[in-house]
Amino acid sequence: MSILEGKGVTKYFGGLAAVSDVDFNVEQGEALGLIGPNGAGKTTLFNLISAALPTKSGTIRFKGKNITGLKPYKICRMGVARTFQLVKVFADMPALSNVILGAYFGMSPGLSSLDAVVKASEILEFVGLSEMKGTPAKDLTLANQKRLELARALATNPELLLLDEIMAGLNPTEVAQAMELVTRIRGKGITIIMIEHVMKAIMNVCERIMVLHHGQKIAEGTPQEITTSKKVVEVYLGEKAHAGS
Amino acid sequence: MLEVSNINTFYGKIQALWDLSLRIDEAEIVALIGANGAGKTTLLNTISGLLRPASGSVGFQGKRIDGLMCHAIVELGLSHIPEGRKLFPDMSVRENLEMGAYNKRVWKHKQETLDKVYQLFPILKARQGQLASTLSGGEQQMVAMGRGLMSQPRLCIIDEPSSGLAPIVVDEIFQIIQGLRDQGIAIFLIEQNVQQTLEIADRAYVLENGRVTLEGESKELLEEEVIRKAYLGL
Repeated sequence: MSILEGKGVTKYFGGLAAVSDVDFNVEQGEALGLIGPNGAGKTTLFNLISAALPTKSGTIRFKGKNITGLKPYKICRMGVARTFQLVKVFADMPALSNVILGAYFGMSPGLSSLDAVVKASEILEFVGLSEMKGTPAKDLTLANQKRLELARALATNPELLLLDEIMAGLNPTEVAQAMELVTRIRGKGITIIMIEHVMKAIMNVCERIMVLHHGQKIAEGTPQEITTSKKVVEVYLGEKAHAGS
Repeated sequence: MLEVSNINTFYGKIQALWDLSLRIDEAEIVALIGANGAGKTTLLNTISGLLRPASGSVGFQGKRIDGLMCHAIVELGLSHIPEGRKLFPDMSVRENLEMGAYNKRVWKHKQETLDKVYQLFPILKARQGQLASTLSGGEQQMVAMGRGLMSQPRLCIIDEPSSGLAPIVVDEIFQIIQGLRDQGIAIFLIEQNVQQTLEIADRAYVLENGRVTLEGESKELLEEEVIRKAYLGL
């Protein structure tokens, strides 16, 4: 069953087509990787899905309902949560409060404040941050701030999670930990779309990959198909990565 | 060229660097490897004068530089290309680059230095009038590197140049860094892309909890079991 569907999705910045007539379909429960050169329109597409930016034309449907033109908070309450490429935590608030905010904001109307604390604590535990509950977000390392954003997004009870470069700035061992976390999130039945330049993570976590270039979809397929696509190697992966090193 | 001796650096009451020593010689690439929170950026900031060590010393080309102002350190020939690029978003590419040449030693040569930077990054010449904020991530990283080179450094500290860049751009950035070394510029490279970094570096230091725990030739470190486990995810 399709959880998210885009038809002819388009966004201009001035005269530049940042996202141009892109069709996509995401199946319930899958993990879709979104890759492409810097400036290809990947984050813009996330901004259109989550309505951080208005779509110029085209439609986006979530579980069959047209969500184009809805406010971001409505889309979040319907079950779409996201993280940000440049982390946007509430810097002076403790880690726990950041997650409590997500719990209040999301899909649980009438959540009591006690329930919110319990829920936020569980989620911090799930992402491995329970020891840093009381630490102001700004004092966490970048890797942990990314985990905290993920926790805040999870606290909204999403069915679809948009992850924007959660592995950037992490070393390979930290990447492996983040991959394990994403796999556990999938285990909860949450559908994932992830933007990532860390190919190892994309290859291991996603069963399908979509490639954007200059705002257009240039390829779509299994990791195997994508890494052997001449076009993708040419504009994105480079010969070195292609050789598998 | 650079001699860091027994430095201790604090953030308020928290000690971030512990009795840390390292050296960088002429025209070599030295890598610094460590987990997030190990103290890598603190170390860089201590070298480039953004932070002061509580004790210990930093020497550059035989002169003691800890305690000098940042701009004085740049003037001596040490430039710092920061993590996250830190460009002036509303200034043009050319203006961003010129900002790197604001010191007495190099200002009068700025046009020829600019030409050299454009030779190294031809795309920046094509984009010279464009606002920095409108560039792609890879192009922004090139501006940050170009700006660092505008001060005609003898030693360049480069903090996470490959973060968030497409694999094909990462390859290009690493090639450029090797090219800088071949021109005689020493490089202190901090990277999470440990494999590719150790492949191009001459030597490397491993930083854990604010202390150097391992150092050696990069080729040898690539074979070390602890490195493979902790930093290469193998």
